[in-house]
Amino acid sequence: MKQRLELKLNGEMREVFVEPWRTLAEVLRDELGLLGTKVSCGTGDCGACNVLLEGKVVSSCLVLAPQAQGREILTIEGLATPEGLHPLQEAFIEHFAVQCGYCIPGMIITAKACLDENPDATEDEVRLAMSGNLCRCTGYVKVTEAIMAAKEKMKKSVSGTGYGKGR
Amino acid sequence: MGPFEYFEPATVEEAVSLLKKYGEGAKILAGGTDLVVMMREREIKPRYVINLGRIAGLNYVHLDGDKGLRIGALTTIAGLERAPELKSSYRIISQAAARLATIAIRNMATIGGNLCNAAPSADMAPPLLALKGAVKLTGTAGERIVPLEEFFIGPGVTTLKPDELMIEIQVPAVPAHTGGMYLKHGVKGAAGLAVVGVAAVVTLDIRDSVFEEVDIALGAVAPTPIRAKRAEALLKGQKISDGLIEEAARVTSDESSPIDDVRGSAEYRREMVRVRTWEAIRGALKLAKSV
Repeated sequence: MKQRLELKLNGEMREVFVEPWRTLAEVLRDELGLLGTKVSCGTGDCGACNVLLEGKVVSSCLVLAPQAQGREILTIEGLATPEGLHPLQEAFIEHFAVQCGYCIPGMIITAKACLDENPDATEDEVRLAMSGNLCRCTGYVKVTEAIMAAKEKMKKSVSGTGYGKGR
Repeated sequence: MGPFEYFEPATVEEAVSLLKKYGEGAKILAGGTDLVVMMREREIKPRYVINLGRIAGLNYVHLDGDKGLRIGALTTIAGLERAPELKSSYRIISQAAARLATIAIRNMATIGGNLCNAAPSADMAPPLLALKGAVKLTGTAGERIVPLEEFFIGPGVTTLKPDELMIEIQVPAVPAHTGGMYLKHGVKGAAGLAVVGVAAVVTLDIRDSVFEEVDIALGAVAPTPIRAKRAEALLKGQKISDGLIEEAARVTSDESSPIDDVRGSAEYRREMVRVRTWEAIRGALKLAKSV
């Protein structure tokens, strides 16, 4: 039987009715039409479905919908502001860090969690943080370059880590 | 996945009464990172799922001098990885936590879940076994404390009764001049399951350069996480020497009983037990000398 589920999703309260055995990833994609979050392995190995739950990165394919009840979720759709893309999104474009793109929303969300927690992350720390996000077409060099570039941009910007903050 | 009936008890008592009512048909959800995979792959089809995630007060790391360490069963693996209480004497616990799966899993997965799922490869088991940990269980008949060594019975099987749940992990105080090291041997780094996991905790008698106490525990090389008791006995009370450590690593390898599977052959695992045990004892020894 369906149950009421309330989410603070990308800064907006959303309400859906879903069975408790649906995953957060399914709710985002199938019920709320947010197709940015991808699903690939379904076992928490690939990171494609990563979203932020209360500011912490989680694999949304392993979160049951009711576990997210009343909590704050940030997906890739919540990163850009009316003023423009998030520095991580800009940097991924500028550094050609995208090939097919399927892994990228999860990559950017994981990178955001890494930099939110540690705005001065070293390259090694970034690589470690990203080690649970798999790319099957190209590799990780440009992804790492993009994140390191975004880090500098985020530090310099007046609003600092304010991008996507509170959303 | 599903269908199942879903519950979110607010207290441990409520959870126990749900377990009493639904017993074998029920599964406990803590972080969900193992349970959801098992349900999706239809390995299990519980009729009732009881999520402990809304129970307050089971997420803590308490360090209490000579009484030792107590960890709430719902503490996340990421919480252990970062806990300031686990940066010195109990560093082996945060070290193992940092090697468990990916950050997205560690943010959800709990220490209680890792132990109660009783995978032979559970990363948190070897360090807690080597630290002589115990677990506090609660059920209809009340609370009981079980040494971790007696908790595991087989792959996925523990001494937990259908109406019981784990609420706390207890670890005795660590004597001075003790060092511990957990080494995870895997094919995909931390993200994959351990092919071999080795934890060694060594207490030194500094004056005489003697192994005062040695505890060695293994993951992924037997039906449950195990202690290597013959190797421990071989080292205990003996003068430290390279030859003796090599011998203990060989004995530890003999004590393992790995199987062939997709992650490695039994023969390979036995050899990696030897190599990693040698490394872990030497690493623990070095740390023991420095504290």
